[in-house]
Amino acid sequence: MSTFVLLTITGLGLGAMYFLIASGLSLIYGLMGILNFAHGAFLTVGAYATWWSSDKLDARIESIAPRFLISVLIGLVAGMLVAALVELVLIRPLYLRHIEQVLVTVGLSLALVALTQAIWGPTEKPFPAPTWIYDTTTVLDARIPNNTFLEVAAAVVVLAGLLAFLRFTRYGLIVRAGVENRAMVTALGIDVKKAFTLVFAIGGVAAATAGVLSGVHFGSVDPHQGTALLIFAFIVVVIGGLGSILGSAAAAVIVGLVQQWVNYYSSGVGDLSVVLLLALVLLVRPSGLAGKWSVAH
Amino acid sequence: MSSVTTERRTLVAVEGLNVYLGQSHVLQGVSFAVPEGGVTALLGRNGVGKTTTLRALMGLVPRRGRVLLGGEDITRLPTHSIVRLGIGYVPEDRDVFAGLTVEENLRLAERNGGQRYELVYELFPELRARGRQRAGTLSGGQQQMVAIARALLNDNRLLLIDEPTKGLAPLIVSAVAEVLDRASELATILLVEQNLGVVQRLARDAIVLDQGQVVHTGPAKEFLGDPARLRRFLGVSGDGAHA
Repeated sequence: MSTFVLLTITGLGLGAMYFLIASGLSLIYGLMGILNFAHGAFLTVGAYATWWSSDKLDARIESIAPRFLISVLIGLVAGMLVAALVELVLIRPLYLRHIEQVLVTVGLSLALVALTQAIWGPTEKPFPAPTWIYDTTTVLDARIPNNTFLEVAAAVVVLAGLLAFLRFTRYGLIVRAGVENRAMVTALGIDVKKAFTLVFAIGGVAAATAGVLSGVHFGSVDPHQGTALLIFAFIVVVIGGLGSILGSAAAAVIVGLVQQWVNYYSSGVGDLSVVLLLALVLLVRPSGLAGKWSVAH
Repeated sequence: MSSVTTERRTLVAVEGLNVYLGQSHVLQGVSFAVPEGGVTALLGRNGVGKTTTLRALMGLVPRRGRVLLGGEDITRLPTHSIVRLGIGYVPEDRDVFAGLTVEENLRLAERNGGQRYELVYELFPELRARGRQRAGTLSGGQQQMVAIARALLNDNRLLLIDEPTKGLAPLIVSAVAEVLDRASELATILLVEQNLGVVQRLARDAIVLDQGQVVHTGPAKEFLGDPARLRRFLGVSGDGAHA
């Protein structure tokens, strides 16, 4: 029983990380029709910026907790700025040129890995975090690492924030409408390109959050972390329904749980089971769990 | 450039408009003028380029030529900037946002404050009652109300309205025509419409397209009263005008 509880809660933690990456991917695809292969780079930027700033602040701030918080904040801002910059400089000139967008985002993803390796080396860097994060809490006889709760809590906060943004703000309204019919949004006199940058920035923050949490989860950061997690995030986006935040959330939970359970009970074929799940969803419900164009539903 | 009338001020002037959609040369040097005030009907058989003309005016399709609004060249402006000059657009397929509520559809159309919600709800009281209903669950007629309401919400000087009565029941057609009649007191309307009864009721002027070119401009009554032209350019008999 305790093993099942452990697998379930850590599966939720894994799903939380997938959701943080997938939410931005899903919004970007839903609104702009862009498959952003550089999204994993935002995760790497967030993780490395947090690690780097913590390293620099080490001599000035002795206590780990405030240093960690400030570093995380810097990591999130870095993820947001890089994402907004990518949209403005690389994506915007290629608006509606989908093949070129794919090439540019794939290229950027590869270039950032190479750049990170060139600057900080290919080896893992130990990720700074308060020690309580690596302690465990007992739930139904299962000893759960505290970072799992942090991952789930962060994903819930981001999910609630995204839903509130989509439901209660004008830009949220523009994004929801733009996912349905971008041309008609412009025909109402709205400069939809501002929403593009905003969605990229939001996606960047969420991915950077995943970067920080993956650093905490694995205890280190490395240049390939973003790319590895991006593959599963893409699967989550497709299973959830392109453009749907709640669909992505549900799919992330399912994928995280299936991966953990199958990995344990069927000797490490969790990744394969997720691919099979994707194939099943595509066969039975090609538009994903949430169906087509249902961004906040 | 052809001119519908010489006495009234021109609101929209289109000069040598060309639009290619894929391999198809849809608009072939279209030129016309829309006088300020009242309804100008844009007529022609299916597929002659009426909808494309409206989309080209809106900047929704790549085009060559010149489009002037109140003397200002808007050809190079992006769609949202064109709209902000005071244009309301009601597309052929209504294009309401199905996942948004009626209220949200209207809220999205708000520009620069001073929205005319009172006018909209006076014309379409049903929309007030259905404010929280998702637009995708409305009937065709109700969706058309939302589409027209979005265009009327702002103080626009030009309304581009594409087949507002398409697929609607006769009773609803009459109600829509009444609303457009009222709207024409507030803004100039360039109307694409297949129902010649509605055209006859509303339009002061007519521009007729055939195979991507303007083949007639002048008073609507004159065109609708000419059975030979009706047959040649719209494929209907003179009786069609009373449909």
